[in-house]
Amino acid sequence: MSSVADWEAASNPVKENRAGNIGKAVDRYEGPLKVTGTAPYAFEVELPPSASGPPLYGVMVSAAIASGRIAAIETAQAEASPGVRLVWTHLNVPEQGPRPERYDFFTPSPRPALQSDRVYFFGQQVAVVVADTFENANAAAAMVKVTYEADAPMADFHAVRDQGVQPPGEQDTEIGDFAAAFAAAPVTIDDVWRTPLQNHCQMEPCATTAWWDGDKLTVNTSVQMVRFAQNSLAETLMIPSKSVRLLTRYIGGGFGGKGSFYEDLVLASLAARELGQPVKVAFSRQQMMHGTVHRPATEQRVRLGATPDGKLTAMSIMTVTHCDSRGNFTEHASNFARSLYAAPNRLTGHRLVRMDLPVASAMRAPGEASGTLSLEVAMDELAEKLGIDPMELRILNEPETDPETGKPFSIRQLVRCMREGAQIFGWDRRTPKIGAVKNGRWTIGLGMAAAIRGNMLLPAKCSFTVDAEGVITVKQGMTDIGTGTYTVLAQIAAETLGVPLGDVRVEIGDSELPPAPGSGGQFGAATAGSAALDAGMNLRKAIAEIAVADPASPLYGGPSQDITFQDGVIAIANRSERLADLIRRNRPEGLVAEGEIRPAADARNWSQHTYGAHFVEVAVDTVTGEVRTRRMLGVFAAGRILNWKTARSQLTGGMIWGVGSALTEGNAVDPRHGSLINQDLAGYLVPVQADIGELDAIMLDEVDDKANPMGIKGVGELGISGAGAAVANAIYNACGVRVRDYPITPDKLLAALEAKGL
Amino acid sequence: MRPFTYERATSAEAAVKAAAETPNAKFIAGGTNLLDLMKLEIEHPAHLIDVGRLPLAGIEDTPDGGLRIGSMATNSHVAADARVRARYPVLTHAIVAGGSGQLRNKATTGGNLLQRTRCAYFYDTTKPCNKRAPGSGCGALEGLNRNSAIFGASHACIATHPSDMAVALAVLDATVETLSPSGQARSFAVTDLHRLPGETPDVETHLIPGELITAIVLPPAPAPSEEGGGQVYRKVRDRASYAAGLVSVAVVGGKVAFGAVAHKPWRAAQAEAALASGASPAEAIAAELAQASNNGRNGFKISLISRLAPVVIKEARKAGRSA
Ligand SMILES: Cc1cc2nc3c(=O)[nH]c(=O)nc-3n(C[C@H](O)[C@H](O)[C@H](O)COP(=O)(O)OP(=O)(O)OC[C@H]3O[C@@H](n4cnc5c(N)ncnc54)[C@H](O)[C@@H]3O)c2cc1C
Ligand code: SF4
Repeated sequence: MSSVADWEAASNPVKENRAGNIGKAVDRYEGPLKVTGTAPYAFEVELPPSASGPPLYGVMVSAAIASGRIAAIETAQAEASPGVRLVWTHLNVPEQGPRPERYDFFTPSPRPALQSDRVYFFGQQVAVVVADTFENANAAAAMVKVTYEADAPMADFHAVRDQGVQPPGEQDTEIGDFAAAFAAAPVTIDDVWRTPLQNHCQMEPCATTAWWDGDKLTVNTSVQMVRFAQNSLAETLMIPSKSVRLLTRYIGGGFGGKGSFYEDLVLASLAARELGQPVKVAFSRQQMMHGTVHRPATEQRVRLGATPDGKLTAMSIMTVTHCDSRGNFTEHASNFARSLYAAPNRLTGHRLVRMDLPVASAMRAPGEASGTLSLEVAMDELAEKLGIDPMELRILNEPETDPETGKPFSIRQLVRCMREGAQIFGWDRRTPKIGAVKNGRWTIGLGMAAAIRGNMLLPAKCSFTVDAEGVITVKQGMTDIGTGTYTVLAQIAAETLGVPLGDVRVEIGDSELPPAPGSGGQFGAATAGSAALDAGMNLRKAIAEIAVADPASPLYGGPSQDITFQDGVIAIANRSERLADLIRRNRPEGLVAEGEIRPAADARNWSQHTYGAHFVEVAVDTVTGEVRTRRMLGVFAAGRILNWKTARSQLTGGMIWGVGSALTEGNAVDPRHGSLINQDLAGYLVPVQADIGELDAIMLDEVDDKANPMGIKGVGELGISGAGAAVANAIYNACGVRVRDYPITPDKLLAALEAKGL
Repeated sequence: MRPFTYERATSAEAAVKAAAETPNAKFIAGGTNLLDLMKLEIEHPAHLIDVGRLPLAGIEDTPDGGLRIGSMATNSHVAADARVRARYPVLTHAIVAGGSGQLRNKATTGGNLLQRTRCAYFYDTTKPCNKRAPGSGCGALEGLNRNSAIFGASHACIATHPSDMAVALAVLDATVETLSPSGQARSFAVTDLHRLPGETPDVETHLIPGELITAIVLPPAPAPSEEGGGQVYRKVRDRASYAAGLVSVAVVGGKVAFGAVAHKPWRAAQAEAALASGASPAEAIAAELAQASNNGRNGFKISLISRLAPVVIKEARKAGRSA
């Protein structure tokens, strides 16, 4: 196993960046395909001739209760409806692998569909109708009559939060004596924040096209983790993994919601086998809201104790959250606080309530996205109490080493993010006086918050091929969920092999390619990219050996370690030839090299994160309670940046998510029914263009040599961390009220204003 | 969505005749509301009569100085019309406060008036709803009813009418022109188009089944003057665009209407009477709100109107003066 020291010591083409491909603002390769409607998504892929017939269409029927059982299910009318080929319920669905006691993110296991008469949550799939057309399937699905024996669901989170228990296998972490220090602290904050259930709202709903060729199943689906989905599907269908080819080439957003997969994949596969014809199944928007996963609601109690000069002496964040009745997913809203600020006495932990609600799971920056909405506002409240600038308060409590583990930071430029951001944004123009700046009906406020998100590296493989034209093909069972994976892999390949970007092809999203864990947890680029770099290095070695051993090559006999790769030409000093010529002579069929990455054995000896600082200007209409963001700046430190444009897009996209979490987003749960009231994008409000004024993200120069051989880190989730808190802090600066129950909608802001007589 | 048959009407007369003769038929214009409701199994017409290409899309001056807007004129077209912008800016502002550009390009004047409520329980067919399934109960009454009515609600239904355009038409004293199934033309005030829910929230308008809206007629615009005549439309919403209103306020001189507060666009008659007899804007609005009811979670709408409407009245006066 490698060590972090090896990564730090070794140079490589990405670090050297001689051709300048790394960091460049390269457009996303699949961008034009997506915006012109020519990127085939899973539901739209063209079927090969071997796919035996035109596709059939499956439409799922979803449970109308949150808890109970199916007493009767009538399918005769649906079965007799025009074009219907099959109706499955728990009574007649083919046998599937059994659902395990517990699911976890990285262990493949069966995910059987339509398993029993039990209903565990509203919107659980209870039947599927397959017909010759989508319209016929849809019409027949409405004819399936389900009679339920319903139990009163346990669905009111705030009523049952006291029943929360320690999540399985976890413990609170306490350093020092929090209770005593908090009690003794001269200045304290003790407040509770609530965040609602949130939905990923990917543009592309989950969908699958499946067909069989003998015993071999091919599925086109929309998932973030190729190998995990392939293996889990195989276990569900009780067939060998190698009988399943899973393709997921273009994905219209994932955000964690496609980390696993759902009934579309299982039922399309089973029905295609049963009917001997390709089958397509897609979720409707309403089914996406209930039938996939969501970020669960939280209630977070934050307690801070400080000295009058602003040193934190006690810090605690305790989160209560919920998951489904059979789950154990925990929104770890307290975890990030363990590494953020210095305080000798600290207590953090979580309580989990199992409820009759849809399945809780990861959504972009799980933990940080919710948790910063409390702590980063509490810091603002504390700053006000102390009469210290909120940014200076944070800097005062900047730790030297990880405040909980004592480990050294791999690199930490949080203070620099804040200082540079403050200068560019004009933070010095902020006055702590409430509502000091007016503009027509709007009152202006400024707010800031810190951002932090962990960094990860997982094992992955990759292969590189060079062909007789000198074209490099990168192959990896990786995904691009709209983040730019195709593009950054091409940049790494171009830089490593010294070829023009146009001479690189990237093939991903296929289970037959070398495995990579996929996209999630902002580990994608670092993990996939590091494996790609290794494959590239191995290909360079292989090319060099062939060159020096080929009497027809000008490089013949040269020291292979001196070979340079540039502009498609390989050279030793002034002897050179085109890479394509060498390959054409020696390996006309192409030359392949494999590569891989594994986490370093000693990686955990450092506290490793990505950081940032948000600055926001909002306008509040104090008559109506409406809030609009006018200006947002994020400054981030996230290792070496592979692609300025895709990284910036990830960061600004995350910041917009932060605005949504602060102002508009949330699924309201009707506790009587255990169902979500807003089930479409007209009801679940994500920010639109008009909600976002000026927006910019700046990335500091940084290299984190302890992260991986390239010194890069993730940016996909960092932007959301803290962004919503900065908005909430700006609202306070404008109008002097705190709404601690997100999202801060006009009705809540108005109530808070009126409560203060404003 | 259930299978249905479809025809394209060739004339208004043919359209109403087809509607009278075909059971369970509905007109379709832009389709931006009806198709959604069909896909979600909320409406199940067996037959659609497409009135979208009838020659009713024109906007013409009336002899008395008003405007006749054909029922098929799209929202975008009406909002952009130079005469509407100059003489009835409240209508332009109301229309562009609604939906998105794409929706307004398809949405028609007639269809906009007849769009159905955005009540979440109406949209969710697993829930009781007297409007969708008469007699099943009202899911919103004890539910998450933040956006429900504060005026004229009943125990059977507390839904609101979501149109922005209709609020402006109400404050402008517009008239609706129709062709009834028997082929007769009639006209009535736009404020008489929609009903309060009462015991039959499924019956939303005073139209005869199969009656076609052919036009909206605007009376001459009030001249801006010292006393008013200034026109303002303000919509409060959760996000800056593409969101239903929490409340809206339309003011034209001494006339006031509210949106998203009732089963119909709400002309604030009490407030207008109070203003006419010299009450301050705040007093006038308080007089109107005396009849408002809080149905659970929508009480904020009462505060919102009491804070906002006086401001809008003053803004309109100012706009009138500066015109
Ligand atoms: C996501 C979304 C957001 C929206 N936001 C807003 C908003 O903020 N503000 C707002 O005001 N609106 C909003 N709308 C509603 C939109 O304005 C309406 O959907 C549109 O105006 C309906 O017009 P249409 O021509 O498409 O009607 P259709 O869908 O074709 O018809 C609607 C109804 O009217 C009937 N009908 C149509 N024309 C006639 C006629 N001439 N005579 C008799 N009956 C007729 C139809 O039978 C049907 O019952 C929104 C809609 C959507 C989907
Ligand atoms: S308020 Fe009206 S539309 Fe809403 S559920 Fe009740 S009856 Fe149905």
